[in-house]
Amino acid sequence: MTIKGKAYIAGVYEHPTRKADDKSLAQLHAEVAHGALADAGLTKADVDGYFCSGDAPGLGGLSMADYMGLKLRHIDTTETGGSSYVVHVGHAAQAIAAGKCDVALITLAGRPRAEGMATGTAPRNYGAAAPDVAFEFPFGPTVVNQYAMAAMRHMHQFGTTSAQLAWIKVAASRHAQHNPHALLREVVTVEDVVSSPMVADPLHRLDCCVITDGGGAIVVTRPEIARSLKRPRVRVLGAGEAVKHQAGGKIDLTYTGAVWSGPAAFAEAAVRPADVKYVSIYDSFTITVLITLEDLGFCDKGQGGKFVADGTLISGVGRLPFNTDGGGLCNNHPANRGGLTKVVEAVRQLRGEAHPAVQVKHCDIALAHGTGGSLATRHASATLIMERES
Amino acid sequence: MSKSGRSIPAPPVSPETRPFWDAAAAGRLLLKRCEACREPHYYPRAICPFCGSDRTTWLEASGGGVIYSYSVFRRAPVPYAIAYVTLDEGPTMMTNIVDADLDALRIGQRVRVRFTPTDGGPPVPTFAPA
Repeated sequence: MTIKGKAYIAGVYEHPTRKADDKSLAQLHAEVAHGALADAGLTKADVDGYFCSGDAPGLGGLSMADYMGLKLRHIDTTETGGSSYVVHVGHAAQAIAAGKCDVALITLAGRPRAEGMATGTAPRNYGAAAPDVAFEFPFGPTVVNQYAMAAMRHMHQFGTTSAQLAWIKVAASRHAQHNPHALLREVVTVEDVVSSPMVADPLHRLDCCVITDGGGAIVVTRPEIARSLKRPRVRVLGAGEAVKHQAGGKIDLTYTGAVWSGPAAFAEAAVRPADVKYVSIYDSFTITVLITLEDLGFCDKGQGGKFVADGTLISGVGRLPFNTDGGGLCNNHPANRGGLTKVVEAVRQLRGEAHPAVQVKHCDIALAHGTGGSLATRHASATLIMERES
Repeated sequence: MSKSGRSIPAPPVSPETRPFWDAAAAGRLLLKRCEACREPHYYPRAICPFCGSDRTTWLEASGGGVIYSYSVFRRAPVPYAIAYVTLDEGPTMMTNIVDADLDALRIGQRVRVRFTPTDGGPPVPTFAPA
């Protein structure tokens, strides 16, 4: 069974806050839910399917259904880190196609800044029962030094340079200057990036995404409901998900699960990379974007550095505009999970509602991609392809 | 505290992995090998991650390997090198590079295992330039 054309994204919302000292986590989830439903022209009473992930408080979906007062006949709390919400859109489309729900609500929220969390620089211990912890945690793995090892290997194997990686941040900053909600709105240069302090070789501070509070929500509906609403229609064409792991020690840091999730999504959508006018690519770090673009087939493996250099990703300049909201590198990375906002900006582009300075002309097909977990060793990749219905 | 000045937390030991840590305390690095498919793997598991067999046995590694990738964490109070080392037996493992000039590390460099004390637990396998 295909999901192609069986579901539409009817509403999206990105919370404007970037530091939520005065709000609770449950409140943020409920505020973004309200925002996305209002955007769609629906109400809480229309929701019969709910999707959330590990960022939801308490008993997750149960606590949030209780807080918001949702009457549900379908629930899915798939946890794949920051890619969860891209996975959720695919799962929501499947549930809708199977008749399990009519209006699916997806929410994400978090307060890492308000809580003073050392997101990328403190080793994370997932508990003694996690089978890998004894063999990794003593060595001080952080988010940033694990992604840095993928970057180091890519440089060694393919000749990728820090200046090439920096172009990804430059493109994000050029877009973020137009986003009044972006945490970082200052335009930066390649020189700014490579001269920023080294965090973990070879990743500099400006190779890393922001840490922000806030969240976002997505509403997915049946075609009949989408057509009854007043908003521009965004049809789900295809979705793919894949998990990549360490393969018992046959570790290869040069590719991600996007080599599997991408072809699955393109096949279901029956489109090719050349058909895609805009991409939202998960950008926890610059290297995440570079490897993902290769894996999705926008360039050959190892050629990502050359591909992104000289502004290929800058809207109005290059041939593959990306993350026109400023992405996680400049705008927002709520709850340290960037998948949801990737879908939001892709929907804005397809609707023609991106900022005029970054809106892609004739944007009929867009792709959103999430990467959750530790790059190339334990992560889930999720690819979503959407189309504007004229 | 280790010689590098970074405090290394003790690895949690489970019944499944106790032989590995007992060997580490005796200065020996163990892998697991599957008797059904003959593939070695790391980290060690009771069930082979390749074929699913429960006929896995301990295999002593030679202790030699090469750096597959690494990163010096400059933001830490005491900078340290995390690395993936590919063992001569095949599997690649996460570790630290110790007793080395952290500015002179390179991918492909030959390294040899040693064992670094932890805070109240068995020592962990780290590597130094061979």
